[in-house]
Amino acid sequence: MTLETIVDELGLKCKCCWEKLKREVTGGYSGDLLSDVMGNSSSGDIWVTRQVHLNIVAVASLKDHAGIVIVQGAKPDKDTLEKAQKEGIPIMVSDLSEFEVVGKIYHLMHYAQ
Amino acid sequence: MKASRVASARSWLRTSNVPSDEYLEGIYYVQGRDFVDAGIVSSEIKKNLKEKGIPESIIRKVAVVTFEAEVNIISYAEQGTIQYYVEPGSITIEAKDIGIGIEDIELAQQEGYSTADDSIREMGFGAGMGLANIRKYSDEFEITSVPKEGTYLRSTIYVNGK
Repeated sequence: MTLETIVDELGLKCKCCWEKLKREVTGGYSGDLLSDVMGNSSSGDIWVTRQVHLNIVAVASLKDHAGIVIVQGAKPDKDTLEKAQKEGIPIMVSDLSEFEVVGKIYHLMHYAQ
Repeated sequence: MKASRVASARSWLRTSNVPSDEYLEGIYYVQGRDFVDAGIVSSEIKKNLKEKGIPESIIRKVAVVTFEAEVNIISYAEQGTIQYYVEPGSITIEAKDIGIGIEDIELAQQEGYSTADDSIREMGFGAGMGLANIRKYSDEFEITSVPKEGTYLRSTIYVNGK
């Protein structure tokens, strides 16, 4: 499933790196503790988080995530978007809670195909 | 102000890559408390290893180790260095710092144990998983520390598995 499908189905707002939305998403991870995400997420994951500061881009880039979804209407910092643009990591935002976003993506990936 | 700080941190980044098929190494300076640049050294090392044609699965392990080592120096030290060596069959990462050190190394390696303050935790760091992650992704792991002086950490990752 591509990032684009997830963006469309959940009505996410893409804040940068639109050109990367064709990328295949192979799994997902959710968490706000950076070391947890660092240690347990996988390459190709879509990462759902409430964190907005620029260190999330470093983590997503090092782990080769497909993209980051920031939840609960939180706005990514300006620095975060600049760095994401540079590193080529798509950042999407949603007004939904982390629970709802994860539930919807999980359902899409596992049952809606 | 912030831009110039980033620039000065970048200017500290030094590599001494030897263009040989057998051997590659680099050393990087890490400034304590500079959370803005967290991950910059790890990204640089990842890029170098990728150019060298090291397998993705190995690079992913190295990235976790270098990132956690980098964040530890930023969080708990005044300054430090991260050095890496690619040798036939293995990659070794060494992190050295001048900082508060670790009182109880056994305890510090337990997942969930952390001495991080609120300023560190607010950014999503300080979950007490850093050393546990490094250990998990290393084939060989060694850490020594002198409280109030600093910490030395060495991690080796086998390239061909074991």
